[in-house]
Amino acid sequence: MSTLIIENLVAGIPGKQILNGINLTLNSGEVHAIMGPNGAGKSTLSGVVMGKPGYVVHSGSVTLDGVDLLALPAWQRAQAGLHLILQYPTEVPGVHLDDVIREAYVSRGRDTSTLDAEIVAEAARIHFDMALVERSMNVDLSGGEKKRNETLQLALLKPKFAILDELDSGLDIDALRDCARRVEAATQEDNLGVLVITHYARLLEELRPDVVHILAAGKIVKSGGPELADELETTGYAGLTQ
Amino acid sequence: MSSIALYPGVVLPTAEEEIWRYSRIEELSLDSYVAGLLENQIDAPADVAGIVTQGAAVGECGVAMPIPVDAFAEINAIHCSGAHADIITVKTERGKSYASPVVITRTLSVSGLLAAPRLIIDAAENSEVTVVEHFLSADDISSLIAPVVEIRAAQSARVTYIAINELGNKTWKIAHQQSLGERDSTTRLFTVALGGDYARVRTEARLVGIGATTQQVALYFADKTQMHDFRTLQTHIAPRTSSDLLFKGAVQDTAKSVYTGLIRIEHEAHGSQAYQTNRNLTLSHGAWAESVPNLEIETNDVKCSHASTVGPIDDEQRFYLESRGIHPDIAERLVVLGFFNEVLERLPQIDVVSGLRAKVAAKLHAGAK
Repeated sequence: MSTLIIENLVAGIPGKQILNGINLTLNSGEVHAIMGPNGAGKSTLSGVVMGKPGYVVHSGSVTLDGVDLLALPAWQRAQAGLHLILQYPTEVPGVHLDDVIREAYVSRGRDTSTLDAEIVAEAARIHFDMALVERSMNVDLSGGEKKRNETLQLALLKPKFAILDELDSGLDIDALRDCARRVEAATQEDNLGVLVITHYARLLEELRPDVVHILAAGKIVKSGGPELADELETTGYAGLTQ
Repeated sequence: MSSIALYPGVVLPTAEEEIWRYSRIEELSLDSYVAGLLENQIDAPADVAGIVTQGAAVGECGVAMPIPVDAFAEINAIHCSGAHADIITVKTERGKSYASPVVITRTLSVSGLLAAPRLIIDAAENSEVTVVEHFLSADDISSLIAPVVEIRAAQSARVTYIAINELGNKTWKIAHQQSLGERDSTTRLFTVALGGDYARVRTEARLVGIGATTQQVALYFADKTQMHDFRTLQTHIAPRTSSDLLFKGAVQDTAKSVYTGLIRIEHEAHGSQAYQTNRNLTLSHGAWAESVPNLEIETNDVKCSHASTVGPIDDEQRFYLESRGIHPDIAERLVVLGFFNEVLERLPQIDVVSGLRAKVAAKLHAGAK
């Protein structure tokens, strides 16, 4: 079993502190949801943990099985077992999914001899059109296709922990179900630990959280079971962040 | 300005002229060269063997070049009528499509020469042909090549021309490409520039017949102290003509590149559309690229757009690949090769083209700053 621990994380962008001391422990196979209003620091948290350029860490730590992730560049955090699905997946013109996955496999010392078959099988599982796999990464894909593409990469790379930053944004109901179910399956098949960041509870109907955290003004103000998400639907954030 | 002993009457331009701005023309001294010839090899399979002629009459020159262009085109014309004439003509038959490409390899193997070969592609009505002109020299060959290609596409003809520059790093090239598209014709002018010390291409697609279409596409990649210099013209003369230009380049080390492009839509060319895109990657701090797009429109009812960018590899693209566990050097290679893929995918998939991706990759030293 693996554990991702975020302790007293204080971070932001140059000149502006956004996260004011985050504490969170995530174990393999668990799903934790982080919910919060716009501006609470949800995307900052995912960017800081993955090592996205542009963020500054002031204090605190993020460790994966005792490895200090904050000391590593992004590519080594990924190799340590962390995966990020961005809210707005980046377009990389002329670079195809299989090129990326092949290099990602090679960098992990994995065998690539069955990669093509793995891609076909995973694409079928989340109803991702193989014709789209041939396209440039995220170029000319709809919102739903982009998130299917992201989920496909997650399924192939089999990380220990995944951060899903607003996987549900801009997603039609079918794509939402396909992506959420695939992630849910990975928590069981591969013991994937998931930190799912979302504004709305609807994603959590398909991807059932073990723990729900409410993030407001850069701090986790409340944690509880799945019922906390339902409570949010009725009371809104105002009632919970007082 | 004095004219040159070798070429009486020819006056070299200066960098004061807009079309030569940013160029290295001031470094050129024609006195360091003597007129000479390069070696030609023509690969024309059976179906195209009969349409290629070497040593055509000087009268053939100028089918697609009614207007004097510049000093180097003049020099080329002087060569065509003298002892150093080097003219290859590809002349198609009406209504015939040729499946095999004509591949002309032009090799410079002597230093101190000025060679000025000419290629004439004259495509008869409703014919289709592909011609590749491949320029080669070894790294220590310090010579100047001033090639001209002129292309006439008669009504409904379809011509694809591909210039590949793999010249050595001391060779200069100052080239001119000119196409003339008649009614409903399609002309495609591709350039892949990897070599040369200073390598310049002026390329003009003139659309003189109603409904004519043209594409101008280039990939250029300069490293060390190389400079690639492109001047493009999309000239719409007839109504309902369309042009599409995509030039993508990268500069590495202290290399330089220049792109200036003009879309010109003349008074009669209503209902036309013209697109122009130039994108440049600067892969090292010491590298430099300039991009200057221009429009000149003399009529209404046209669709035009131009886009131009110069900059380093996008941080978000790099991060995206790194976040998959890919080393930054490999992420950078993927992004650059992806950038060029858009051009490579547009090129006809023939033998001489298929090795280009690997040549681009070999030139790229990942992680260069």
